[in-house]
Amino acid sequence: MNNLVFINISRFVGLVLLQVIVCNNINFLGYINPNIYVLFVLLYPVANNRLLFIFLSFLLGLSVDMFLDSGGTHAAASVTIAYIRPLFLKFSFGAIYEYHAVKFSKTDLTQRLIYFLILIFIHHFILFSLVVFDQNELLLIFKHTFYSSMFTLLLCLLLSSLFSNKEK
Amino acid sequence: MQQLFNFFIRNKTFVLFLLLLSCALSLTIRSHEYHRSKFIHSSNQITGSIYGAFHGITQYFNLKKENKLLLEENSQLKILVFNRGNLPKTDSLLESTYNLLSSQVYKNSFAVPNNYLTLNKGQNDLIKEEDGVITSKGIVGIIDKTSKNYSRVLSILNTNSRVNVKLKKTNHFGILSWDGKSPEITQLKDVQDLVKIAVGDTVVTSGYSSTFPANIPVGSIKSYRLNDTEDLYIIDIKLFNDMTNLEHVYIVKNTDINELKALNISDE
Repeated sequence: MNNLVFINISRFVGLVLLQVIVCNNINFLGYINPNIYVLFVLLYPVANNRLLFIFLSFLLGLSVDMFLDSGGTHAAASVTIAYIRPLFLKFSFGAIYEYHAVKFSKTDLTQRLIYFLILIFIHHFILFSLVVFDQNELLLIFKHTFYSSMFTLLLCLLLSSLFSNKEK
Repeated sequence: MQQLFNFFIRNKTFVLFLLLLSCALSLTIRSHEYHRSKFIHSSNQITGSIYGAFHGITQYFNLKKENKLLLEENSQLKILVFNRGNLPKTDSLLESTYNLLSSQVYKNSFAVPNNYLTLNKGQNDLIKEEDGVITSKGIVGIIDKTSKNYSRVLSILNTNSRVNVKLKKTNHFGILSWDGKSPEITQLKDVQDLVKIAVGDTVVTSGYSSTFPANIPVGSIKSYRLNDTEDLYIIDIKLFNDMTNLEHVYIVKNTDINELKALNISDE
């Protein structure tokens, strides 16, 4: 249990630092930056205290906001995906989720891909709607959402498979 | 009352979610208004020192380019010194109402519509809000938040940014703003349609505000068109500064600002 707490704390700090020091200076094609910190929300253990989880996600977004001077946009996006996460866990993993036995490192790639894709897309859509904050610029919001989501998804899959310790 | 409590306890996750979401949304809305984002900003002690620590590593990447910029600026200053005798003495930069202070950029962004920079100088160096920030090539932005050791700059690449500028050739002034699209192009508005302008004309700061001295270069005209009512120009300005790659900047401090402010208040 203590080990799990330690892993999550270090993941929190590590991902925030990785986000603000490295990922936000990539600026691929001028404006595409991956938001790698959502991995914390995606990989948080399934059997959890939901109140704590939602609060931690808010804190995660807020710390990124503080570094990036983006108001509360990242906080709003991550607290939303943290709240709706169980719905998509059920959708992507089906029966295993019912028994609270989902271990992300042991699920197969397609299921994980779908789960990541949906949540990352929702997160980015909320994020860029709030960042652009102009309903006349829907096209711009979708463009940003699409490209950044793809970039984030790719990095999330890479990172999660890089650090998963498969014991078979 | 009992039922109300029961309702809250039953839906506590949803209530917490709503609470945090509204918190985040209010912070977001505040941040879209100029000068309103009070609590969450990157010029505090924690974020500043973390940016500082990592900046120690990344600053080496730009050394070559920075060296070249410094050499260019040095040669320009040398030319000024050699030709000192020929210079008119009324140049506003040479009057000592403005002080320059060099500073390093800890964080810069240009990919979103509201961009800010973080600098490593703060109140301890007598930096105040409304001080201007420039490089050797052009203007960067205006200080908008300060802490003891760090300060935040409202970049000219921010949809809230408004800077008073003028056409160098004809002295007609207008307001420089940004539409949030390309980090190389900003927009100059409020120039009358009777003004003669041409592509390539230089735009400089007007000196009407107390933030920037007059005649600091801004950019050159890339293209222009009339606005919807066809009486004012909307001019696209190509910036002289490469806003995507800033390392050393100067903070411009106006030493006469209190006097100017007092004058403005007595006017009202």
